[in-house]
Amino acid sequence: MKVLVPIKRVVDANVKVRVKADNSNVDTANLKMALNPFCEIAVEEAVRLKEAGSASEIVVVSIGSKAVQEQLRTAMALGADRAIHIETDEELTPLSIAKLLKAVQEKEQAQLVIFGKQSIDGDNNQTGQMFAALTDMPQATFASEVKLEGDSLLVTREVDGGLQTLKLPLPAVVTTDLRLNEPRYASLPNIMKAKRKPLDVMAVADLGVILKQHVKLLDVTPPAQRTAGVMLASVAELVEKLRNEAKVI
Amino acid sequence: MAILVLAEHDNASLKLDTAKVVTAAKAIGTEIHVLVAGHECAAVAAAAQQLDGVTRVLVADAAAYQAHLAENLAKLILELAPGYEHILASASSVGKDTLPRVAALLDVAQISEVLQVLSGDTFVRPIYAGNAMAKVQSLDDKKVLTVRASAFDATANGGNAGLETIDKVIEARTQFVSQSLTVSERPELGNAGIIVSGGRGMGSGENFAMLEALADSLGAAVGASRAAVDAGFVPNDLQVGQTGKIVAPDLYIAVGISGAIQHLAGMKDSKVIVAINKDPEAPIFQIADYGLTADLFEAIPELIAAIKA
Repeated sequence: MKVLVPIKRVVDANVKVRVKADNSNVDTANLKMALNPFCEIAVEEAVRLKEAGSASEIVVVSIGSKAVQEQLRTAMALGADRAIHIETDEELTPLSIAKLLKAVQEKEQAQLVIFGKQSIDGDNNQTGQMFAALTDMPQATFASEVKLEGDSLLVTREVDGGLQTLKLPLPAVVTTDLRLNEPRYASLPNIMKAKRKPLDVMAVADLGVILKQHVKLLDVTPPAQRTAGVMLASVAELVEKLRNEAKVI
Repeated sequence: MAILVLAEHDNASLKLDTAKVVTAAKAIGTEIHVLVAGHECAAVAAAAQQLDGVTRVLVADAAAYQAHLAENLAKLILELAPGYEHILASASSVGKDTLPRVAALLDVAQISEVLQVLSGDTFVRPIYAGNAMAKVQSLDDKKVLTVRASAFDATANGGNAGLETIDKVIEARTQFVSQSLTVSERPELGNAGIIVSGGRGMGSGENFAMLEALADSLGAAVGASRAAVDAGFVPNDLQVGQTGKIVAPDLYIAVGISGAIQHLAGMKDSKVIVAINKDPEAPIFQIADYGLTADLFEAIPELIAAIKA
């Protein structure tokens, strides 16, 4: 079984971004970048399926500037076999990304496509579902457990109120939630090995997909700031404030 | 043109989220239809008919819609789509699962987690875990939106919308196997007026009993930080944060929570925030209205006693 894992390069989760002075966007210049945490979980899950003998090959794909090759190498150091880089300097919306990935899937014919459920920059939570719609595949989003059973996949999902288990025929799309697994760290020998693994670069035009603009970003502003309130000395004072000042209890 | 709102329900009752999404829809237009897709869900449809502002309720009642699977639910909405310019759902697990599929089938973008409706095509949504607010304009002929329910007040009851039956049944290849939902007497996180939330500082799942006692003394819901869920103290559905539940209660009491930005993203719109933490440097204090540096194992029993007094 071939597994395709689309991944994204994002600002590191520990970095707090700031809005640009002209409110045109957030300022990401010179910030530490990383593999999106949910994508990392997706790569790890694919690697575990391969280690269990269920997956035969893991292909990672990323769309973006030349810099995304760094994250593709990271994914290969974690255990992916080869990488595809679709090069563009444009910031694409989830629908455009899904269309490009569909073109990749038409060539790759993966049986399982694992996405991170959302990227921590745009927080859209759309690409996996859109890809599933465009390729007419069944989907299980927000996965916390994935088991292969013959030709189908048993997926436990984190839903509002608890957990839900679905059974999907392959090929299928899974998007990962936080508790699906704990990604490993890449070892130095594997980082070295990843440098020699194949990485194909292609242009958006090579895929024959026509993209259009769907959304215009008008401006980006900082959120309303909360200011620190008062530090209290005792529980009694807290209860008094909540009762008589804030009037919430 | 009309607006379609996907109802959020469990086949027995309509979730309050839907009344909040209808409020968002009212900011866009006046012809608002609610789609209730489920199985043996007549009571849900009846509740939707009463929502103020709703002009029609569409009911698709079939076994195929019982589990609200994105695969066929999206195709059902696609069938109805020609009559609508806007398609809305709550940014719940069902809404987030289904609406991107609808948008892709319509070849339009989806706008996620709408916080504010500025006009029929311009919306405000959070990016970077709420550290920035993006004002976006849809250039598509149809707008597909998930709405952050906590950002809108629920529309009142008092409506009397007509009912229409949708006979179209679309099967899914996806099979529902089972579900385990947390059963609780306490209010739901998304709709609670008061939330008491615990973090890694709670130390163990057993210690959450203390927070539950505090919650019960206030009629509150119980939440948790990701650290507490990852440590196995409490189940995933209690998680408040960027990737968990986004809440905005009147009072949020954070106990033993340091305040990672991912957690703040889920609760910083609460009206009043109380932080109880033994570390005076914890970032949670920077956004709390009332802070108490204390050992929670002493402070919580004392707090319960003071509230009951």
